[in-house]
Amino acid sequence: MKENVLEKLTTHFKDSILATSEYRGELTIVVKKQDIVRICQFLCSNEELRFDSLRDLCGVDYYRPEDRFEVVYNLYSLKNKFRLRLKVRVDEADLHVPSVTGVWSTANWHEREAYDMYGIIFDGHPDLRRMYMPEEFEYYPLRKDFPLMGIPGSLSLPKK
Amino acid sequence: MGLEFTKDSFLITRVDEIIKWARKNSLWPMPMGISCCAIEMMAFAGPRFDVSRFGSEAFRFSPRQSDLMIVAGTVTYKMAHVVRKIYDQMPDPKWVIAMGACTSSGGMYRSYPVVQGIDLFVPVDVYVAGCPPRPDNLLKGLMEIQKKIERGEKPGQREKVYVAESTMV
Ligand code: SF4
Repeated sequence: MKENVLEKLTTHFKDSILATSEYRGELTIVVKKQDIVRICQFLCSNEELRFDSLRDLCGVDYYRPEDRFEVVYNLYSLKNKFRLRLKVRVDEADLHVPSVTGVWSTANWHEREAYDMYGIIFDGHPDLRRMYMPEEFEYYPLRKDFPLMGIPGSLSLPKK
Repeated sequence: MGLEFTKDSFLITRVDEIIKWARKNSLWPMPMGISCCAIEMMAFAGPRFDVSRFGSEAFRFSPRQSDLMIVAGTVTYKMAHVVRKIYDQMPDPKWVIAMGACTSSGGMYRSYPVVQGIDLFVPVDVYVAGCPPRPDNLLKGLMEIQKKIERGEKPGQREKVYVAESTMV
C-alpha cells in the first residue's frame, strides 16, 4: 500500500512533493502549500487509494526563522485500512493555506482550531472564526512566544 | 433566642428566626457543574451521600429557583461570563460554594484560559478543597453554609470558610 501511494503521488504530483519520510511504518509526505487541495482531492477520490477520512488536522509551531509553522493532515483510508500523513510548511510572512473543507467537511472545525491557536489563515474556509478563545482575543495562544499565563488584560472578566 | 419547643406542640420564635431556619434547611442548589468535579457533585446528590438529609435535594436548573450556587469545575475566562450571569439571575439571599481546586484557585490549570479562582468575579462563601473533593467534603461545605445562615450573615459582610480535604477513606 505504501509503495502504491508513493508511486501514485509521484506520477501525478512530481513537482509538489518536497520530502518523504517513514517512521515505524508511518508514511509522511511534505508537499507544497499551493497544491495541497489538489493532492487531497486526488487522494480522497482516487478509486484505489480512497483516503476518505480526515482523522485530524492541526498546526505546529517550530519557532524557527524559516517556515515557522506547519499544518499536518492525518488521513485514513477506510477501504485499505491505511494511514497517511501530509504536511505543508507555512512561513510566518505568509500565513495563508488553502482550505481543504471542500474535500472533507470535517476540516471545518479543525481549521478553525488551527486558526485560533496559531493564526494560520485558511483561504476558502466558509466560516473562519475563533474556535475556543473569545472573538475579541487578539493573540494566538499556542504559538511558542505566547506566555503560559497569557497576557494580562487580554481576556475580560465580569465585574465583581 | 432560637426555636423553643413547649409542651403543647407550640413553637415560640421570632419571624426572622423561623425564616432563617427555613432557609437553612431548604437550600436549593444551582448545579454549576462545569467539569470533572460535577461528577462528585452528582454523588453528593445521590442516595449514598444523600444531600436530602439536609433539605437540599432539589437541584434547580433554573437560577431563578435556587439560592446556592455550587461551582464545580474549571472556570475559563469564556465561561466566567456565563457563571456571573447565572449568579446575577439568582434571587437574594444567595450563596456560593467554590468546589474543588480549579474553582478556588485555578488548580492545576496554571495557564492562560483558566480563571485563577472564581472569587475574582463572584463572591464566594465556602471553598472546598480537593481535586475532586469527596462528596462528604461537599456536605461539610453545605453545613458551613447552613451555619452562616444560622449566624445571620448578610451578603457583603461574609466571612470566608475553607473546608480542608477530607481524610475519610
Ligand atoms: S478540581 Fe480536579 S476534579 Fe475538580 S474540576 Fe478541577 S481538575 Fe476536575
